[in-house]
Amino acid sequence: MHIPDGYLSPQTYIPMLGVAALFWTVAVRKIRTVLSHRHIPYLAMAAAFSFLIQMFNIPIPGGTTGHAVGGAVVAILLGPWPAVLAISIVLVIQAIVFGDGGITAIGANCFNMAVVMPFVSYWVFRMIKGSETGGKRFQAAAFFAGYIGLTTAAIATAIQFGIQPLIAQNAQGLPLYAPYPLSIALPVMAAEHLLLFGIVEGAVTAMLVQYFVKNEPDLIYACREV
Amino acid sequence: MTAFQKKLWTGLVVMALLSPIGIFLPKFFGAEDAWGEWSAAKLKELIGYIPAGLEKLAALWKAPIPDYNPGGEDAALGIQVVWYVVSGLLGILLVAGVVYLLAKLSKKDEK
Repeated sequence: MHIPDGYLSPQTYIPMLGVAALFWTVAVRKIRTVLSHRHIPYLAMAAAFSFLIQMFNIPIPGGTTGHAVGGAVVAILLGPWPAVLAISIVLVIQAIVFGDGGITAIGANCFNMAVVMPFVSYWVFRMIKGSETGGKRFQAAAFFAGYIGLTTAAIATAIQFGIQPLIAQNAQGLPLYAPYPLSIALPVMAAEHLLLFGIVEGAVTAMLVQYFVKNEPDLIYACREV
Repeated sequence: MTAFQKKLWTGLVVMALLSPIGIFLPKFFGAEDAWGEWSAAKLKELIGYIPAGLEKLAALWKAPIPDYNPGGEDAALGIQVVWYVVSGLLGILLVAGVVYLLAKLSKKDEK
C-alpha cells in the first residue's frame, strides 16, 4: 500500500503531508517521556524489522502482491507514538533510496501505515486483551491488532486512491491521477487485506508478542502503561 | 548490548538474508504488482491511457536502488537475489541508524 508518485493529486498529498508533519512533531516530543534510554536500541531494531518484513512480498496467486508492515507489533511492544516515528523513518527511506512509495506521497503513506496502523492496532490490542497478560485471549488480541490495524490502513489508502477521479479530471472527464473510483479501490484493497495480508500481519504480531512475553516481558509497553 | 538484543539483531540479519523469498513467492504464484502501485507503462496496459497528471509526477524522483532490485524483474535471478540481500542489509543500517540517532537526539537535553 505504498502510494507511488502520480497517484495522488496535490489537493490530496499536500494536506496529507501537513497531517503527517503534525503527528511527527508530537511523536518526537512524546518519545522523550514514553521512551527510556533502555528502549532506544529496541526502537532501532523495530524500524529495521518493519523495513525487512515489508520485503517479504506475499502473492495472491495470479493476482497482486502485498506484505505485512510490522506496525502492530511495534506499537504493542514500544507504544504507538514511538511506532509513528520508527515506521515513518522506514517509509521515508523506502521512498528516497528504494523508490517504494512516492516522494510526494510520503505524507499519505506515513499517515496510513505509520499513524493509522499503530494507533488502531494498539487500541484493538488493549480492548481485546483486557487485563490479561498471557493466554488465549491475549494472543487473540495480538492477532487482531495486526489483522485489523493493517486492514484499516489499507482502507485509508483505498479511500485516498478512490477519491482521485472525483478530485481531478481533464477536459474529457478522464482522471488525472489514480484512475480507479472508490467503488473499485475500496472493495479490492479491503478484500486482499482481510483475506490474506492482514492474516499474515496478525500471525506475525501474535508470534512476536508471544516471544517477548517469554523473553522480555517487562519491555512490553501495552502491558505496562495503565 | 544484552544477549537478548544480540539474538534479535542476528534475527534481523537472517531476515535480510531470507528476503529474496519476497521475489520467489510472487514469481512462483504468478502474482504481479501490489494493487495501485503500477508503473505508468503498466497502467497504460490496464486502462488504455496514462493519466496526464500521473505521468508528470511519476517521473519526479529516480531512486538509487529502485524496488530493492535495480536490475528489474527480468534480470538473472542471482543478480536479483544479491540486490535484495544488499538492500535488506543496507535498509537495516539506514533505518536503525536514523531512528537511533533521532531518538538519542530527542532525549539529549534530558538529565
